Amino acid sequence: MNTPKAIVIGCSAGGVEALKVIVGGFSTRLQQAVLVCCHSSSETMDLLCEVLNRVSSLPVMEAQERHPVQAGTVYLAPSGYHLLVEADWHFALSIDPRVNYVRPSIDVMFYSAAEVWREKLIGVVLTGGNADGASGLQRIRSLGGTAIVQSPTSAEIPTMPQAALDTAGADHCVDLSDIAPLINRLCLA
Amino acid sequence: MDTPELENIEVALFVQALQRRYGYDFSQYAPASLKRRIQQLSEQMECKTISGLTERMLHDPPLLPRVLDGLTVPASEMFRDPAMFRSLREQVLPLLASYPQINIWQAGCAHGQEVYSLAILLEEAGLYERTQIFATDLSERALQLAEEGIYPARDAQQWSRNYQAAGGNHSLADYYSARYNLLKIDQRLRRHVTFAQHNLVADGVFCEAHLILCRNVLIYFSNPLQDRVLSVFRDSLVRNGFLCLGMRESLDYASAAASFAPFDECLRIYRLAGQPERAFA
Ligand SMILES: C[S@@+](CC[C@H](N)C(=O)[O-])C[C@H]1O[C@@H](n2cnc3c(N)ncnc32)[C@H](O)[C@@H]1O
Repeated sequence: MNTPKAIVIGCSAGGVEALKVIVGGFSTRLQQAVLVCCHSSSETMDLLCEVLNRVSSLPVMEAQERHPVQAGTVYLAPSGYHLLVEADWHFALSIDPRVNYVRPSIDVMFYSAAEVWREKLIGVVLTGGNADGASGLQRIRSLGGTAIVQSPTSAEIPTMPQAALDTAGADHCVDLSDIAPLINRLCLA
Repeated sequence: MDTPELENIEVALFVQALQRRYGYDFSQYAPASLKRRIQQLSEQMECKTISGLTERMLHDPPLLPRVLDGLTVPASEMFRDPAMFRSLREQVLPLLASYPQINIWQAGCAHGQEVYSLAILLEEAGLYERTQIFATDLSERALQLAEEGIYPARDAQQWSRNYQAAGGNHSLADYYSARYNLLKIDQRLRRHVTFAQHNLVADGVFCEAHLILCRNVLIYFSNPLQDRVLSVFRDSLVRNGFLCLGMRESLDYASAAASFAPFDECLRIYRLAGQPERAFA
């Protein structure tokens, strides 16, 4: 059985509300590390951290460079930096130019997580108004990971999940409210 | 063997080839972002594989500057993280003002955006006449562009906002002239700047400094290399000298960090603590 080790989530416009639903729906028994890349115009992730901590049974914090990725924790990519994971499960940041017009880019995080966790990774693409995450999700799938895409009809802005479906397809395309229960099932099986 | 593993072999061979052929050692860079950059470079140079890039790099020495530029990606902004520059203006410069001569080392100066930001701060504080800024980078290309001080005009808006947020009391436009789609920094700001190539991987102390800015460079280095560079900074700084790092850089895994005391932890401004205690020999 390939119990997942990590979950990577990408979202953009409309992402905060969607994240609240998902993170708030995680089982307290979840042993996976959860990495979130949420495009946002604000300069820090403090507010999002606070909002998610209020609904989450797992601790939510900003990912810190060089620190180890710990199980059962939700990490947010800091604003203004790409978030990557090293093969030894430590965080790394980069301030390289924007990818898909954004930094942090979901694709950058997905690519590096895909290589580290391979078939033990779940990639999730949520609401958003651009195509970031689509090619990263494809990479996740091609390395054996599982792809979940929010159904475009349940997304506040359908562009991003639609782009992911068009480029990568999905193992599960489900409504927002079904995503956390699905992740719990895949992870606690 | 699947693609990522194959690519990892190619990356390792590329790094080794670059080192043996030209002496530039990237083996201690953080692997994940280094791999991304090597992949991007090989795409830009239209090589099908990283091995293809290695071959061209080995046999075509004139490509070296381009390769180094691609591996280092010198991206920067003026007054990036305005709160940090505001603190330099309001907290740090008044303390440096007591020195008759101020030396500043900016390591990893990219295209010079931070050098000119510093020069503006010093000018406005009335300290520039007794300051020398040493701006260094690994990439010769970056240094050339830094000396020219010409940037796309589209950046001006953001940079002006940064400048204001950093406490600027003029208009950033006072310091450049705009023509076509470009802006050119007033050459007078260069009068106390020395640009030089310096490799943080291999080279040592560059000057005796009262303030070192090395922002968003160490994030690309593995822990041992980060530690090495911090010891070089320690040895370069005068007692109580200042060190500014990038806003998201962490010192939690560097033993040399023990020599620095936080001045403003949140803004990653540190001060060289008194003489480090030595163990009995
Ligand atoms: C992301 S830029 C940071 C620019 C600027 N300090 C800032 O924060 O906006 C990183 C810079 O570090 C330089 N660099 C990378 N490796 C280096 C090395 N070994 N020695 C000196 N400079 C290096 C790169 O060429 C690049 O210009």
